[in-house]
Amino acid sequence: MSRLINILGYIGRSANSFFSRLTRMTALGENAIYWVIVAPFKGKGIRWKSTIHQMVLIGFNSIPIVVVICFFVGLILAMQSAYQLERFGASIYVADLVGVAITREMGPLLTAIIVTGRSGSAIAAEIGTMKVYEEIDALQTMGLNPVRFLVVPRLIALLVMLPCLTLIADFVGIAGGLTLATLNLKISFVRYLTQTANALVLKDLITGLAKTIVFAIIIAQIGSYQGFSVEGGAEGVGKATTAAVVSSIFLIIVADLVCTIFFYSTL
Amino acid sequence: MTQPIIEIINLVTYYDSRKILDGINLQIYPGETVTILGRSGCGKSTLLRHIVGLSHPTDGQILIKGSDITRLNEEQRLPTLKKIGMLFQSSALFNSMTVGDNVALPLREHTHLEEPTIQIMTRMKLDQVGLSGFEDFMPAQLSGGMKKRAALARAIAMDPDILFCDEPSAGLDPIVAVGIDQLIMKLKKAFKMTIVVVTHELASVFQIADRVALMDKGKIIAIGTPDDFKNSDNETISQFFNRIPDPENIDKQEYLNSLIGNSK
Repeated sequence: MSRLINILGYIGRSANSFFSRLTRMTALGENAIYWVIVAPFKGKGIRWKSTIHQMVLIGFNSIPIVVVICFFVGLILAMQSAYQLERFGASIYVADLVGVAITREMGPLLTAIIVTGRSGSAIAAEIGTMKVYEEIDALQTMGLNPVRFLVVPRLIALLVMLPCLTLIADFVGIAGGLTLATLNLKISFVRYLTQTANALVLKDLITGLAKTIVFAIIIAQIGSYQGFSVEGGAEGVGKATTAAVVSSIFLIIVADLVCTIFFYSTL
Repeated sequence: MTQPIIEIINLVTYYDSRKILDGINLQIYPGETVTILGRSGCGKSTLLRHIVGLSHPTDGQILIKGSDITRLNEEQRLPTLKKIGMLFQSSALFNSMTVGDNVALPLREHTHLEEPTIQIMTRMKLDQVGLSGFEDFMPAQLSGGMKKRAALARAIAMDPDILFCDEPSAGLDPIVAVGIDQLIMKLKKAFKMTIVVVTHELASVFQIADRVALMDKGKIIAIGTPDDFKNSDNETISQFFNRIPDPENIDKQEYLNSLIGNSK
């Protein structure tokens, strides 16, 4: 009997904590939407200086790592597909495969995961540290909204920069495939590019970029949520940072699945 | 009789099922310096967080200049918040901004002053706390005492009517701590502010307080002038003022039970 009560109690507590987390996360999202979309019309502007600063941190500074990783992934994809396609004498289709895989899937996904690792964790750590040192409280006692000050600049920076980074990733990934094809598969530069251009349709690029908007919202939302829920000093900040990265990556992949099902079945 | 500037009526707060504040009633009048004194964990910092609207009480009212801060939403609270300053225990300067930007932030956000005016006001405030010339320093480059001074400059940037200080001398050496106390007194004289200080430093209480509210286990157990307290024969008060530690637990059976995890 007491074991049954324990189990029921456990289920109840878990459900309770799940829903309270959900409520807090929804409240944060609602707040962010208000400060991005509604408040500017009420004369409470967006903090552009801080937004541009975040764009540099999140977007511009990520370019080197995105370029290197996506170039390598382009190479790897080309090698793996050439291994299969060569047996049919169809090496030229490496261009199709790499082009479509990068623009539709690998470009957006890899970029989002890199940015989560670099910036999602930074968002959680920064906001978490500010919470520990009472800086968030200080903002509130000055009558300044922490969401407007801290979340909105990061959210806008991500919404703008993640699609840009993904575009770069797409080009570099294709360049990776091209490098392997010209060096190893004896396919000429022009032929590879023509083949890629014929294989790709605009839809591939657009569906890839559309997803990055969803990813940007996930990274900003989870990072700041975890930052605001930090409790108990440096250890709390560490935990929040890890949680931000793990749950963002998980949610990005789930969102990717949902988007792909949606695009695959309707477009 | 003048109206109190802050009036706390029957404030009750729980953390989960633990009662932190148990029916607090307190009136603070314009121009006076009140220290809220108590042992660690008695709820004094929690009380302060409620007064400035950072936490929400389970029950009760907090009237600041007649408006109940517990019932206002963020926007309605703004006029009240603009007229209070808060000095946090950890200073809470924004580490990503220079000292000057920290002090200028409330002015930039809440006023429509021109930037040169804001610069002048920022320098004036820093000068008042003895930090002139430090506006381009980052908070990390300052010592603990200087951080407190910079935080104080930020707290008084909007010329508040009420200044709240949470443990202003915590973590500072006695000499620097006395300096902060004197600074608070100086600012009080200059600006005729009402000051509420949460502390457990007796030395600082005698130096700055007009009235003292002593808290114990979530209740205010005594209010009076520092001299009243010195001469009081109430057990808790004299224990606090004469620095007598809690008696050690001498019940052997209870001690044994607590060790083997059977404590009732």
